[in-house]
Formats: sequence, C-alpha cells, structure tokens
Amino acid sequence: MIRASAPLTALLLSVALAACSKKPPEQLPPAPEGTGQETTDDTGLDNTGAPVPGSQADFVASVASDTIYFDTDRYNVDSADAATLQSQAQWLARYPGARVTIEGHADERGTRDYNLALGERRANAAKTYLVGLGVGAERVTTVSYGKERPVALGSDESSWARNRRAVTVTVQ
Amino acid sequence: MILRTLIAFVLAGTAAAALGQATPLPPSGAGAPPPPVEGGLDVTVSDESEWQDLGIAIPGFTTDRDVATPAGQTAPLGRQLGEVITADLRNNGLFKPTGPSALPAIAYSDVTAPQFGIWRGRGADMLVHGFVRAGGDGRLTVGCYLYDVALGTELARQGYVVAPAEWRRAAHKCADMVYSRLSGESPFFDSKIAYIAETGPKNRRVKRLAIMDSDGANHRFITNGQATALTPRYSPDYRSIVYLSYVQGNPRIYVYDIGSGRQRLVTQSRNPTFAPRWSPDGRWILYAMAVGGNTDIYRVSSAGGGEPRRLTTDPGIDVGGSVSPDGTKIVFESDRSGSQQCYVMNADGSDQRRVSFFGGRCATPEWSPRGDQIAFTNAGNFKIAVMSPSGGSVRTLTDGWQDEAPTWSPNGRIIQFFRTERGSGRAALWQVDLTGRNLRRLRTPVDASDPAWGPVLP
Repeated sequence: MIRASAPLTALLLSVALAACSKKPPEQLPPAPEGTGQETTDDTGLDNTGAPVPGSQADFVASVASDTIYFDTDRYNVDSADAATLQSQAQWLARYPGARVTIEGHADERGTRDYNLALGERRANAAKTYLVGLGVGAERVTTVSYGKERPVALGSDESSWARNRRAVTVTVQ
Repeated sequence: MILRTLIAFVLAGTAAAALGQATPLPPSGAGAPPPPVEGGLDVTVSDESEWQDLGIAIPGFTTDRDVATPAGQTAPLGRQLGEVITADLRNNGLFKPTGPSALPAIAYSDVTAPQFGIWRGRGADMLVHGFVRAGGDGRLTVGCYLYDVALGTELARQGYVVAPAEWRRAAHKCADMVYSRLSGESPFFDSKIAYIAETGPKNRRVKRLAIMDSDGANHRFITNGQATALTPRYSPDYRSIVYLSYVQGNPRIYVYDIGSGRQRLVTQSRNPTFAPRWSPDGRWILYAMAVGGNTDIYRVSSAGGGEPRRLTTDPGIDVGGSVSPDGTKIVFESDRSGSQQCYVMNADGSDQRRVSFFGGRCATPEWSPRGDQIAFTNAGNFKIAVMSPSGGSVRTLTDGWQDEAPTWSPNGRIIQFFRTERGSGRAALWQVDLTGRNLRRLRTPVDASDPAWGPVLP
C-alpha cells in the first residue's frame, strides 16, 4: 500500500528542507468556506511540479487514499479503511509537524441534523483509528459536513456510496 | 422588532374592545350590532369535505377618498388588500375564496350595508367587505367585515391602524379574522417564516439565512452566503433567530439578533453544535452537541451565559429535541435502538421512552403548538407524517421523493417542510394541511430548505 519509502537520511533531510522552505506569500484569497479539500493555502507543488515534501500534494501522492468509505448509517473502520488509514499514519509519522483535519460526510438520503451527527461519528472513527496507530490526538481535528458537500452528484446507490466518506486533509 | 404600529380594534358581536386611539368601526346595517350568530356556521372541523364548498367572495376593499400614500393610491391599495386576503384563504383546504379580479367593485357605503341579493345570486356563502382610509397622521386605517350571505348578517368585524409599509399585515389580520371565525381555529396568516435560501451547483451549494412573511412577501436575505447556514428557528418573540453557521469553519449554533444584526455563540465550546430549537416560552434553546463523535441533546438559557445542561447520555446519536407546548416534555430522535426513532422524555431529561413503533424511521420530530400531534420525517421513505404524542395514529401526509424537516404553522393546522428533487438536489418549501389533502408549494425567490414558522405576530 505504501509507495517506495526513501532512505531515512533523505527523509530527514526532506523534513528539514520542508521546515526551512518558505512558502509563497499568502496573497491568495482565502478558500471558500467549508469547501473541504481547498483548505490548503498553496498547490503543494514545487517549481518542477513535484510535490513539496510534507505538503497536501505530497500527502495525496504518498498515501493509499485520502478517503475512506462507509456503509449506510455506519461508521466502523473496515479492513480496507484500516489499510488506508495506516498509510496516512505512516505519512504523519514521517512529518511529525504535520497536522490534519478529517472531514466527515454523509449521503443525501438522510435528514440534515442526523447526517451532521453521522459525519461527526465517521470523522471521529477515522481519528480514533489514527490515534490508535500513534498519531498524536492534538494533530488531528475533525469537522462534519453532513450531506452538505457531496463529491458524487447522482441520486443513486453508487453516488451515495462515494459520498459516505471521511476525507483526511492536511492543515498548512 | 415587534411591530407596535399595528393596532387592532375589535367590535364583533357583543364583545366590544377598542384598542389604542383607533376609531370604532361603523356597525353594519342600521341600529345595534346583530347578536352573535350561533347557527348557520356550526360546521364540524372533522368533516373537511363540506368546507371545500364554502365560497367566500372578497371584492376589493374600497376607500372614502382615493389619495396618495407611501403604499400607493388608496383605491388600488384596497384592491391589493383583497387580493392578499384571497391568497391567504386559498389553498388551506377550508374555503373557496373568489378575489377582486373576478368580482365587481363595491361602493364605500356597501361596506356596512352589503347588497346581499347580488352576492346570493353569485352563489357566495360568505362575504368579506372592507375599506382603507388614509389618516391625517400618515397611517392607514383598514376595516374588515365578514358577512353570512344567506343569513344576511354580520359575523365579525375588525379594524387595523397600520403604517403604510405594513399594509400587508392588515390584510393578513383580516384573513386571520375570517379564518378563525369560520373554522374555529387559531389564526396564523400574520406570521413570518425563516428558512435557508439555496443557490449554486449541488456540490457547492450556497446556503443563506433568509426571512419572509407567511405568504412569501417582504423577503429578505440575512446572511451573504460566504458561510453555509442551516436550520434556522425564529425565537417566539421574533427578536432573534437561532441557526447553524460554518462561519468559523466548524458547525456552530449562533443566536442572531435581528434588531442589531449581531450574533453570538449559543454556547462556548470547541465541540460542534447543531439542531437548535427554542422552547415555546423562549427561555431555553435545545441543541445537539457532538463530543468525540457522540451526539447528545443539551439545553441552555437563551439569555446567554449559564451552564448548559446535558439531557441525554446515550452512546447513540440523540438529536433534534422539540419541547411540548406546556414545556414539560421533549420529543427527540435517537438511533440508540439501531435506527432513527422518536423518544419522549421529561424536560429535565428523565424518563426517556421510545414512542415510535410504526415500522419506519422517525426523525426530526416537532411537537404541534396545540400539543396533540407530533410531526416527523419518516426517514425510511422520506415522507412527512404525524402521530399522537404516544406514537399512535401515524398518518403519512406527503409523497415526494425526499420530504423532510416538518415545522408547524402557529395554529398547528398546516405543516411546512422542504422537498428535494431527485438528481438535481434542488429543494423547495411546501405546505400540507393536517388532512394531507391540501398540498402546495410556497414560492421563494431561489431554492429553499429548512423552513420554520414563527408565532402569530403580536
């Protein structure tokens, strides 16, 4: 599940470089409220288009997936989710300064208030799993969007399955 | 925000009550006001079908002098008054109103001495007459009379003194008088609705807090759409709206003060809060808070400050409490049994009992202002339904693809909810009466969801 891991020395060096590297001036307008994936403040790509180590782009390129999926009304972490979260935990171990927010979502076939609670449950289930793998709880925040931010726009089973999710996003 | 400029004076039957400095209305006919009518209108509410045939003629209101006011010339204004009343009385399943556009105009002298013969010939059962007069102080006086055509008698009469900008309220008050006198139900037209206005594509929906009159007029956006707003509720005194906003990135409940435009958090906490509801007396706000993923119901003083009190401690999702009109009970939903079901508990959180056992899923329960019904979303099939507070007599009232979030009209007669379209996700406000037979869409400037009615205005 894990992409080729660099030798430890290179790893440490990249961490050091990431820590030293100056991010571009934050002149971009703030991301629209509550749009999830856009909470990073830069593209995370360097001049050559490669992911900056420790960035959101690096996170997405390094982990099995930034998203885990749930069954209807459920919030348990199954084996596929566990593998995904393990890859996220490994990336977080590589970048101990990195922090993440886990966004919990529900499909449209639920009442609004219940879906907010359900998204909160799902985000917390993912967080609990990461913390169980040794990620500091203070590095992981959660937010529920309920059914307010679907990624799949259909009103069918496959769309709903894609929307019942918890997405891990790095916080810059 | 309480509108103090509207003064009602009632001179119906033997109960004479002149409020404020309003001039008493001239009585209809000559001599003393007729005695209260007991016969002729004792139609029982249980048989709705008979009411369908109760025709009400509402010609345009007349004026003594056609003069300019900030609300327009009084002559066309009178016609508009009749139109607003007609629209109010239509679509609630009780009456067949006919408005000014289909009726002859009346003379000023007709208001207190209707030409019953003409109206009998038109088959009208009931007749509404009225006038609008521009007062010397810049305000408008609107008189509203209800007559029984067959008996040729006056049934009720009210007058209202309003600022020109509030002329529609006089029409709603008149419609309320007619509705109440003929149905025996409490009034509800002179009220407001808070809701969420929706625009934009399904995956980037912009959701703004908005308010409007009960008939959709006087629409106003309150938030600008930068932050997602959800689930508003008017306070019982109309001074504030409690709602959810992502303005600080996380879902939190705010109390928005309509007069000042300022808002504050309902409770200081790092945890997400949602599903806010007022207690009927306005002293408490119920809300849900998720701590470590576990959602429970809390209550806190609406005045601000004070420690929140946790009412549920179950590991399931407990959310969406609604307080009974007498303030003693709370109905809420919980999935502690495995699926969303409705439970009733005492106002202090004690004695929690499941009440829904109808085989579906009970979500978003709302206690009727009359106390005798609970409206809810059947989250198994997404229809709006009602049941008794003990969970019996379940009746499904709607049949959309996804109907949810019922709230009650102030008189507990109409249920408002939102309907989402399959695929597009577009939502609109709908109303259905308790029989389920009278369903209508409430037009809004843009798509709409999460409607919540406030009480009848003071």
